[in-house]
Amino acid sequence: MTVNKRNPQGLLLEEVLLYEQSHSGRMGVDFRAVSLSKDEQRTGLPLRESIELPEVSEPQVVRHFVRLSQKNYGIDSGFFPLGSCTMKHNPRLNEKLARLSGFSQIHPLQPQSTVQGMLELMFNLQNWLNELSGLAQTTLCPAAGAHGELTGIMMIRAAHEDKGNARKVVLVPDSAHGTNPATAAMNGYKIVEIKSDTNGLVDIQALDAAIEKHGTDIAAFMLTNPSTCGLFEPNILNIAEKIHKIGAYFYCDGANFNAIVGKIKPADLGIDVMQYNLHKTFSTPHGGGGPGSGPVSVCAELTPYLPIPLVVKEGDNFKLIEEAPKSIGKIKGYHGQAGMFVRAYAYMLSHGKDGLKQVAEAAVLNANYIMHSLKDDYFMPFNGPCMHECLFTDKQQKETGVTTLDIAKGLTDYGFHPMTTYFPLIVGGAMLIEPTETEPKEAIDEFILTMKELANIAQQNPEAIKQMPQHTPRKRLDEVTAARNPILTYQMSRQTQA
Amino acid sequence: MSEVRDELKYTEEHEWVLLHADDTATIGITDYAQSSLGDLVFVELPEEGTTFDQNEEMAVVESVKAASEIYAPLSCEVLEVNKEVEEAPELLNNHPYDDAWIARIKITDKKELEDLMSADDYKDMLEGLV
Repeated sequence: MTVNKRNPQGLLLEEVLLYEQSHSGRMGVDFRAVSLSKDEQRTGLPLRESIELPEVSEPQVVRHFVRLSQKNYGIDSGFFPLGSCTMKHNPRLNEKLARLSGFSQIHPLQPQSTVQGMLELMFNLQNWLNELSGLAQTTLCPAAGAHGELTGIMMIRAAHEDKGNARKVVLVPDSAHGTNPATAAMNGYKIVEIKSDTNGLVDIQALDAAIEKHGTDIAAFMLTNPSTCGLFEPNILNIAEKIHKIGAYFYCDGANFNAIVGKIKPADLGIDVMQYNLHKTFSTPHGGGGPGSGPVSVCAELTPYLPIPLVVKEGDNFKLIEEAPKSIGKIKGYHGQAGMFVRAYAYMLSHGKDGLKQVAEAAVLNANYIMHSLKDDYFMPFNGPCMHECLFTDKQQKETGVTTLDIAKGLTDYGFHPMTTYFPLIVGGAMLIEPTETEPKEAIDEFILTMKELANIAQQNPEAIKQMPQHTPRKRLDEVTAARNPILTYQMSRQTQA
Repeated sequence: MSEVRDELKYTEEHEWVLLHADDTATIGITDYAQSSLGDLVFVELPEEGTTFDQNEEMAVVESVKAASEIYAPLSCEVLEVNKEVEEAPELLNNHPYDDAWIARIKITDKKELEDLMSADDYKDMLEGLV
């Protein structure tokens, strides 16, 4: 048995495992003594002994999990500038509305006449997304952003197949989210990567060369816009024209829609299909706080291929269309992440159309404020202004040997969640910072001051930053050994020690 | 400064190629590649006998920072892969040019040899990157 060690400040730095707290014969529940026959014993007590469950009391279990939860860092505890992940505040109003019994106490198999309110909300959410995207119709089914991408490319494939040729190639810029090429590959397409130019934008010559080489074998072009460099693609209309000319579809990864929502309609940019991440742009919880949700909007030409079900309005009633001849079919059990629909719709209604426009404006302003404030402290690979996130690298720190990893570890010492590191891959030592629109200026200023202080330490006393973090329960972890020889369970660790 | 060996040919994607007399070659990743990737923790190599077009993705290396593709420097058939680097990815960090070769290949289109860079050209390219 191991005992938790406390430090003089009364802080419990280490939390020993329940296994290590185990004391033979101790029980959280007082079981009635039962006598088992030999047959019953086979699945009873002997099994419990053989898997060595920890023997602990109820208060031990309660304290263990409460203390673990206190070690957690989330958007409710502090600034969370994880670039491209859009860790924004989850409004409490959303939570209150999602818990209304008419939304939370219903079952997907109930008769539709008894869940008209939920269906109306889904219908309205589809329409809001149609309006915001300028596209023809929206499916709410996909369970997360990458699932939305998969759904989008499945529809594109179905449309090409319907015309007699599924085509072979999907073009993906090298600054894309990793899920883009993965999605295309899952759909049986070959990925051709399009290089970025020196400004971090799609290299139009490389795009032309790929179109020249693969021509009508190209099924689609997948663009993340704004990109993972935090840049808006200025040639997007030109790109759309080139893609449409060869009969291919223009897919946009809408994970970064929060930068442009209400300001511009993706359909006006020539985009045919786009997924949203309700858990990013529309503030539903994620990152362990809740499931994602990845609706997809499509142009009129692709509507026959939308997955089922789809909510429609007939007279005064709402109903689910559950059969459509050309549909790609069901992509998820039931109707998608209904609880997230309520939260996203609440966010839309509480902001209104003008408020959503402000969301984009504030997100972009906040990112530019950070970029401008830190431009002398860290190297900017691409010139601004940026969109919703700003990109720096560790190039300026190279002289003293301080890397992006060191800066990130340093941030944890100052009580911040680090930014996204080493992504996008197209620049070395990337630090991708996304403040989102929900941060007050004071929180952003605290972060900026800390980043400046770390840049200063990196220059004056690089050894100190290499030793960070010092004030966290664990110091610098040996990530290489952890990846090469992972020990994933308590049992494995005991075997290793033995 | 990363080591560049004169007897090797190079690609823009930081692979090296050692040409043999019988239209075969040994390939690997350069010192610059291993140092920018950082400590490698996982390597996935192709099956022997697989054929690749030039610049097609043929292997994957993963460090604690990121996963990265290794592209076929030439159109080729894979004759043999170095199973030792799959077992011990750190070999690629420690000896990128010697023990940690990736594959032996049979070159299927000799015209493509013109696309490879000399050691001097590769050194110039690296200087441009710093």
